[in-house]
Amino acid sequence: MSVARRISVPEHTVEIVSDAGEGAQKAAVAFAQLCAKSGNGLWTVEIIPSEIRPPPHTTGSASGNRIRLAERSKVTNAGNRANVVLAFNEMALLSRLQAGSLADGALVLIDDQWATHEVEAYQRSYREVLEQARAHGCTVREIPLERETLRHLDDAQRGKNMFAVGVLCALYSKDPDILADVIRILFKDKSAGVVDAAVRLAAAGYQYGVANFEECFEVAPSHSDVAKVAMNGNTALALGAVAAGFELCSMYPITPATSASHALSDIFERFGGFVHQAEDEIAAIGVALGASYAGKTALTITSGPGMALKTEFQGLAVMTETPLVIVDVQRGGPSTGLPTKIEQSDLMHALYGAPGDAPKVVIAPSTIEECYYVLSLARRIAEEFRMLVIVLSDANLATGQQLFDRPDVAQTPERPPLDLSPVPRGALPYDWNPTTGLSRRLVPGQPGGMGVTTSLNHDRDGKACYDAERNQRGHAMRSRKLAALQKALVPPEVYGGPQGDLLLVGWGSTRGAIEEAVDMARAEGFEVSSLHLQFLSPLPPGLKETFAKFGRVITVELNYSDDPNAPLIDEENRRYAQLAWILRATTLLDIDCFASVPGRPYMPVEIFEHVRTLVGDESRNRGSQPPHPQAKEAHS
Amino acid sequence: MIAKLAEESLLEVCALKEHTIEDYEAERPRWCTGCGDHGVLAALQRVLRKNNLDPENVVSVSGIGCSSRLPHYLGTYGFHGIHGRALPIATGVRLARPELPVIAIMGDGDCFSIGGNHWLHAIRYNINAVVLVLDNEVYALTKMQASPTTPDGWKTNTTPRGTYLHPLNPLSAVMGMTNVSFLAQTATWLPAHLDETIEKAWEHHGLSFVRILQRCPVFMPRAFGEGGLHFPIMFLEHEDGIPVHPSLSSRGGVQPHDPRNINEAQRVAVTVDPAPMGLLYQNTELPAYEDIRWQRTEKPDRATFLERLDDVMNEYTVS
Repeated sequence: MSVARRISVPEHTVEIVSDAGEGAQKAAVAFAQLCAKSGNGLWTVEIIPSEIRPPPHTTGSASGNRIRLAERSKVTNAGNRANVVLAFNEMALLSRLQAGSLADGALVLIDDQWATHEVEAYQRSYREVLEQARAHGCTVREIPLERETLRHLDDAQRGKNMFAVGVLCALYSKDPDILADVIRILFKDKSAGVVDAAVRLAAAGYQYGVANFEECFEVAPSHSDVAKVAMNGNTALALGAVAAGFELCSMYPITPATSASHALSDIFERFGGFVHQAEDEIAAIGVALGASYAGKTALTITSGPGMALKTEFQGLAVMTETPLVIVDVQRGGPSTGLPTKIEQSDLMHALYGAPGDAPKVVIAPSTIEECYYVLSLARRIAEEFRMLVIVLSDANLATGQQLFDRPDVAQTPERPPLDLSPVPRGALPYDWNPTTGLSRRLVPGQPGGMGVTTSLNHDRDGKACYDAERNQRGHAMRSRKLAALQKALVPPEVYGGPQGDLLLVGWGSTRGAIEEAVDMARAEGFEVSSLHLQFLSPLPPGLKETFAKFGRVITVELNYSDDPNAPLIDEENRRYAQLAWILRATTLLDIDCFASVPGRPYMPVEIFEHVRTLVGDESRNRGSQPPHPQAKEAHS
Repeated sequence: MIAKLAEESLLEVCALKEHTIEDYEAERPRWCTGCGDHGVLAALQRVLRKNNLDPENVVSVSGIGCSSRLPHYLGTYGFHGIHGRALPIATGVRLARPELPVIAIMGDGDCFSIGGNHWLHAIRYNINAVVLVLDNEVYALTKMQASPTTPDGWKTNTTPRGTYLHPLNPLSAVMGMTNVSFLAQTATWLPAHLDETIEKAWEHHGLSFVRILQRCPVFMPRAFGEGGLHFPIMFLEHEDGIPVHPSLSSRGGVQPHDPRNINEAQRVAVTVDPAPMGLLYQNTELPAYEDIRWQRTEKPDRATFLERLDDVMNEYTVS
């Protein structure tokens, strides 16, 4: 047995890819748990095909996970190009090469069975893809994934993923005993035979790695006294819904939102609530609205196409001032689009999607940790302001895993009991405060409050009316609530410096990548900062003043905008990214955007490269001294 | 008599208020003169009064259409929603507050057309609610378009040379779903039968689906043989069914029918001439969806709630 040379690295990004159904995702979960339990910070992203069983051995079948592990406990995004990829076949590897996902000089571990496979076409494509990988600068290391697994099992499909995790355990100098524990927990619902086989294969993979690798990596653990949890954003939403005191989640299955409802279904009944799977997206929000009207604030969880179907009910919630929370886990659109992949394209729809003027609150969590807390905030706003609150998550947050400080459950807010105290007969159901538009909500069962809640225009007494004056008043009062909420918000903090050449403005899950790009840029001496918006409606105060301190302001978004250099596109017809539109309209500043629809999260380096082309010369031309030497020190 | 005395003494002991019809009145209805909706509203008010329900503990839910204005005129809590969606809202109310009785009111276009999916599934869920479809065989509020139940060849604004399709038979559609727990048909020109039918629906625990035939005096005055004048009907009679008063026998024949027999109910449901009136089917064994869900939902106190949340957090704790 050789003793491998250990190379210490502050962080690494690893991808594990197989054909769909071969278990790379499970392997990745096990590896991520191993890293987390060993004290590494972590962010993972799923690589998911849109079909359950796409044609095997094709690039479209590549399924797996990207794991970014680091010394520091807080990892905020999926990182840059991968340092290591473990592929079960060459087409899975090719898909990552084509996606531009591998760093120059990345280490490729690949199953060697294809080199001698009975299907000659596989042999040929295996040779070709490996050649391509080497040309890309990759170091290729062939590993006997299938062959070794077959020594332990009759069907390699059912275990080579565990052998693969064992190999990675050795490659990253991790403790195989911790891995065995992780696997036992991961397979706790499986039979003892399955668990034993998985543990045995992982051990075999580990032994293989220890015996054969001349070099291995070490990402040192960080030591923290604060307990950490690791989960994906959809699980965080589910636990957050429980903590926020929701009692009903009404939903209809839709990717990539559904796993939030899976997690919720699993536990909700023990917490006094339940998940209702409705017959369609429309009924899903209708049931939530009915429950909320009856006094129990409910939520519905969906994605873009479901949002489209729910728009009429959104208008009803706004018109009747029924508190309601919608979570939209955004995916690629329009139409069915890219069902498993990230996009931030529903912002305009969330803001303006319903016919008529329908003011509503829109907030976006920017980390998985925020996914846990956001529903408490959403619920409070929905109830206090009698408003529809839309929470915009996305596929990146939904399926990625992050390590964050364990929430203190004792801090969970207590829910007030249902107020059924009598009111004088004829009490006004919309007793609007003329300044704020706020009013007390009456619920069925309250003596004296009997009356109709209608989708028609109505006045303070709730009764339908059609005249100009009262229609104007109803609109003004519903709109005023947004202003009242806006007055309670504080200007968002700027990340980096308070002034400079360029301000990047983002929202949602791009935060980690944007801030890392800002770090990279400032380390190079560029005067670049960023600002992240949690509230998209109402927008927080002070944006215009903050923007004025920067030479340029651009938004960074994962949605479509026209390339200004594309044919036919000019200043008059160019369509901007969605937040850019809104900020241009609200600030009257010439705000540009860096926006595209790659179906994956931005890598910090991509944003950084754009920043460099935008302001590189400006910042550099200022003089020989970098403007912020301390920033350079901090990141060197 | 003894029951009446017992009730009176109970009222006295508990100081319970005995409600009057006025307690269930709200705004003055604005339906056209001669519209059957007036009769349904009055029947509902009589049933609520008879059961002496506190108006604050009753919720009526509707969609959009002439009949869907009913919650505006009923003195309970009411929700006048959007077209076709009364049943999801009603389901939400029932799931959230199973102590509140719910009445859902829809028209034929509302329920059978735009709300068709919810109609099917609400019956499958079997929420405990009284569901009334006021079927005038036409879209009236939007001024006379064909609905799924508009008779063969009748002229409307969207079918100026006559309808193209045979009308939907809502009864046979409902009886095709073996999840149904209560199906009855009545008509506004038979007020005593209407009262008895709504009363029976009220007593049933589960989704009581009632189709109420009524003409639209403005846009469909000829419907149902000019509002029952020349409309062949057959009363279904059974001791567990809806009573057929002797005075009704002049309006149609009487036929024995066991509402617990699903095959008989299916056979009767496909009959349109004469139209069956009364209780077609009732299954008192079918559990209501909200009961199932609440039985399986635990009600932990705050300490237990936090303890359990902590346990769940343990599962995700890595260091």
